Amino acid sequence: MPERSANVIEIRGLVNRFGEQVLHDGLDLDIRRGEVLGVVGGSGSGKSVLLRTIIGLNRPAEGDIRVLGQLTRELDDEALRRLQTRWGVLFQNGALFSSLTVAENIQAPMRERGDIPQELMDELAGLKVKLVGLPIEATAKYPSQLSGGMKKRVGLARALSLDPEILFLDEPTAGLDPIGAADFDQLIRSLQQSLGLTVIMITHDLDSLVTICDRIAVLVDRKIKVGTLEELMRDPHPWIQSYFHGPRARAAGIAAD
Amino acid sequence: MTDQPGWIKLAQGREGAVLQAGGAWTVEYVAELDRQVESLPKDTPARALDLGEIEAIDTAGAWLLARATSQGERQEIPWQNLPPEFQPLAERVLTAGPKVIPDRPRERTIVDWVAEVGAGVENVWTETLDLIAFFGEFVLATGRVIANPRRFRWIPLLVHIEQTGINALPIVSLISFLVGVVLAYQGADQLRQFNAQFLTVNMVGISVLREMGILLTAIVVAGRSGSAFTAQIGTMQVSEEVDALRTMGLDPMEVLVIPRVAALIITLPILTFFADLMGLLGGGVMCVLLVDMTFGQYVGRLNDVVTATQFWVGMVKAPVFAILIALVGCFEGLRVTGSAESVGIMTTRAVVEGIFLVIIFDALFSILFSILSI
Repeated sequence: MPERSANVIEIRGLVNRFGEQVLHDGLDLDIRRGEVLGVVGGSGSGKSVLLRTIIGLNRPAEGDIRVLGQLTRELDDEALRRLQTRWGVLFQNGALFSSLTVAENIQAPMRERGDIPQELMDELAGLKVKLVGLPIEATAKYPSQLSGGMKKRVGLARALSLDPEILFLDEPTAGLDPIGAADFDQLIRSLQQSLGLTVIMITHDLDSLVTICDRIAVLVDRKIKVGTLEELMRDPHPWIQSYFHGPRARAAGIAAD
Repeated sequence: MTDQPGWIKLAQGREGAVLQAGGAWTVEYVAELDRQVESLPKDTPARALDLGEIEAIDTAGAWLLARATSQGERQEIPWQNLPPEFQPLAERVLTAGPKVIPDRPRERTIVDWVAEVGAGVENVWTETLDLIAFFGEFVLATGRVIANPRRFRWIPLLVHIEQTGINALPIVSLISFLVGVVLAYQGADQLRQFNAQFLTVNMVGISVLREMGILLTAIVVAGRSGSAFTAQIGTMQVSEEVDALRTMGLDPMEVLVIPRVAALIITLPILTFFADLMGLLGGGVMCVLLVDMTFGQYVGRLNDVVTATQFWVGMVKAPVFAILIALVGCFEGLRVTGSAESVGIMTTRAVVEGIFLVIIFDALFSILFSILSI
């Protein structure tokens, strides 16, 4: 077995600013192998920017990001492309290619590799569709024929297309009904456990935080605080207090009445 | 990654053959693993699949192993010695399979082809009917707005006049000027053979005023503004803005369609007027250069041979073409459904249909004018 470090992502001194506005100011974050990390924060606190920065869609002003041991800032295009096949991203509304069928969407990252025979790609796409809990008939459909929940599942199947080690999810349960959201949470958890994934999910869903997240990262004051749910509930910071002790937190069964 | 690429082989033992696999069965090596699995002899039965030497596995690799244990003579043979950390993944893949391939659609026959042609023809027919119905709705809505003029939306009208008229002026002028130049050049060349170069003026004057000015303007506007109408309304359709209008009791016909049609009815004649001027100017420049005449003589001769009727024959078509282009643009925009791709398809269709209708109606006008002997 190759040696694997305990942290899949290490962020040191990250600074992101847009014009005058400083979004992240010397942010540090370690993400451990095999955990589900929930990222929360108020609107405009830079959750999505943090995610986009880690996956390379946004260049940070300062700071180091190591993903799977590699310093992303120093990678050339070829090395970055190879690294990108080792993570999968589920965008908020699925971001499925509307001109392609479900199967073709899932095969898009495989096709980029260029060496996988079409027959095998068909089989693998079918397998991914089954893994995310969709019927096999869905492979021939176009995204406009799918419901919101199905689109998210297809998006997840596409993110898993090349069997990544890390999975990034941007508000995976937003826009789903509570039953669908709970199902999706369970799906993420069971896939994470059986496939040995590391999952980083931005979420506002307190139920998801409670049921599937091992640790929670809170973006406050342009920095990040990480801990388990219990640790964060003892944190005196006013935003964290009102987040984990508000009426919605009580409804989710986090805080005592 | 320091894993060894995966391998698989058939080993003969005392109690029968056993499949052995090891190394990394991951997506990284999937093409090579696929070849290995396919090249295994299919007619040799095996007792089990021994996975003791597997170093890494993911869903793609597990899938290929599943295929190796269900091909030919080897159906559902058990997996053995899989390292425990890979157990959950293997179970997950095995429960998802084996049927992961949808039934292939059957081959297309000549009957399908004929049916498709038929469906296409029917489509064109229903779409024509829909467009005529849309025109009817438009007339009714216009009637309502005229009866109650306060419902007319002035600001969108002005915005669309700016976008479809003022902003189109440079390109329409340039194209008309160049076409005037080309017409005069070709005409003078041919007419010189009959020693009748001076007739170039008649030719340029009449063809620009009656046909070229209006037709070129209409085609440019169909490509520029008809497509823009479809894309604007289509995008609103995708983001459910059109539905939002309806729920507020606002009629998309009044809010979206009438201001656009009205704007084109105003701007297309003005653009045509400019196109006429620039076309005649272009022809004039060529006449001065190729035929022996001054610009003053050109204008004088133009004045003699071209009557106001020629000018009006061109201009009268402009509002009709404007209605055609704007209505087709809005109609296709409102037919957009769901996806961004649909916006693209409908926009292309709006331009093609717009230009097609403009040319059909131009031909109808020609017939009409010849009956009226204008």
